[in-house]
Amino acid sequence: MPARPPVVVVLPVLLVAGLTALAWALVSGEARADWSSLLAALGGSASFDATVIRELRLPRAVAAYAGGGLLAVAGALMQVLLRNPLADPYVLGVSGGAAVGALGALSIGLSTVAADASAFAGALAAMLLVFGLARGDGSWTQTRLLLTGVIVAAGCGAVVTLMLSMAHDARVHSMLFWLMGDASAAGRPWPALGLLAFAVLACLPLARDLNVLARGDLGARALGVAVDRLRVAIYVLASLLTATAVTMIGTVGFVGLIVPHLVRLAIGNDQRVLLPASALAGGALLVLADTAARLVLSPLQLPVGVLTALIGVPVFLFLLARHYR
Amino acid sequence: MTPGEAKPAPLLEAEALALFAGGRWLCADLALRLHAGECLAVLGPNGSGKTTLLHTLAGLRDPGAGLIRLQGRGYRERSPRATARLRALLPQIQPEQFSCSVIESVLVGRHPHVGRWAWESRADIEIAQAALARVGIDHLAHRDVLSLSGGERQRAAIAALLAQQPALYLLDEPLNHLDLRFQIQTLELFRALARDGAGVVMVLHDINLTARFADQAILLDGHGGVLAGLAREVLQPGRLADAFGHPLIRAEVDGHAVFVPR
Repeated sequence: MPARPPVVVVLPVLLVAGLTALAWALVSGEARADWSSLLAALGGSASFDATVIRELRLPRAVAAYAGGGLLAVAGALMQVLLRNPLADPYVLGVSGGAAVGALGALSIGLSTVAADASAFAGALAAMLLVFGLARGDGSWTQTRLLLTGVIVAAGCGAVVTLMLSMAHDARVHSMLFWLMGDASAAGRPWPALGLLAFAVLACLPLARDLNVLARGDLGARALGVAVDRLRVAIYVLASLLTATAVTMIGTVGFVGLIVPHLVRLAIGNDQRVLLPASALAGGALLVLADTAARLVLSPLQLPVGVLTALIGVPVFLFLLARHYR
Repeated sequence: MTPGEAKPAPLLEAEALALFAGGRWLCADLALRLHAGECLAVLGPNGSGKTTLLHTLAGLRDPGAGLIRLQGRGYRERSPRATARLRALLPQIQPEQFSCSVIESVLVGRHPHVGRWAWESRADIEIAQAALARVGIDHLAHRDVLSLSGGERQRAAIAALLAQQPALYLLDEPLNHLDLRFQIQTLELFRALARDGAGVVMVLHDINLTARFADQAILLDGHGGVLAGLAREVLQPGRLADAFGHPLIRAEVDGHAVFVPR
């Protein structure tokens, strides 16, 4: 095997990086905390600093971690499903559906909880719509799926623009923040973290099948992979992960595209390592980005999606130039 | 085989096979029997259904009518995974989008042999390395597949097939991208595998190589007609001319039949 960092090194390193990023996120901010107050907060202290850490920063950091991990895994799965290295979790319109749902709820002044529910419903509706249309005649080709998804996403984009242009001025700000991706409003991130762990574990026994699938349907079928069933399973799983992430933190861009690529550069394209490593790296990266988004223009808070895009665009262009030279 | 022992079931058997694709019948009432040790070539003009036939024989497509048996049993009687340990397919086009090392791409052939929760063992890696050596590209084991030439990529794909260690090889234009020397080496490799007990079905475009390397041949004429039998009986200038729409003459060079377009 080529000189690549072995699994036993990569995964623990990424896990420690994630925990370090989380710790940094918890101690950073307006009210500076030191490591002892962090420990006190996690230990259940009732002081002001501890409450800020536990009630405000912790849910936000965990939401960023879970959301980043979910998007990175969903992106890695989409790239295999579409056998296209440029695929990301949003390419098939799941995020578009979520945006229509969330902005629809926000524009008529519903609460954020209702907006979350509406976003999740919109994401699932988009998933089912693309699935139904792409499978219409029984064929299930990558091109057809991709084109259907792109068209549904474009349609959602038009509806979003329409809603923004018609929305009441006072509501436009919250709508824009949702669109750009923002972890500050995430209330209860723990189920999402659980889903992330479940998704990674559920993918592991399928990961070698995915390796084979990445080389094409025909060869995979000849090697005994139940291709149709596997593709439906990863489509549904990737869509659910995306829907969960987008509902929680909005359409944060580039994490789902960049992280699988960065991980692939470091450790290769074996899905058995790529998927858990993407989860860990995506989580760590988004926590760092979200904390930076809170700090750079403090006390002004940037939406994290802006920051990931600002980092993501040059990194991706660099990778692209390297890859297709 | 010792005298008196029952002849084993053919490796691959088709009865009354009919193929339907693209709104027309490609062939009807095709029968074939391939035993271990034999090479069968499929010939025919573009669009005559060679690939469709090969995929059908691989159990990846339902026939319009008829029966196919692999080692005496229909494809539905085995799991896809068990089938993959018995027969391998070399697709006509080798899709490769993501980068990985050549040895990793060959290890993919071990997929049906490795358990769901297991990783490839030392033995699997040795099998993959031996397969690379057999097609003469063991020095490329750690290169990125995306950096290979077309011919090297084809040989890596053949190595992945060897690593699969099937009883039956189904090859769709195995000589694609290969230069003359490797065309002959590849056909000799599969002849050697047949000598060791495998069966080979290959779609070929070269009539002369077919005449030299195949025991049996199937000639599809592109209008629903099909001719199957011993290679030397199928390869007649008149029949080839009818199928390919161009007259040929047969000559003998060094004892080999040679067909030259007129």
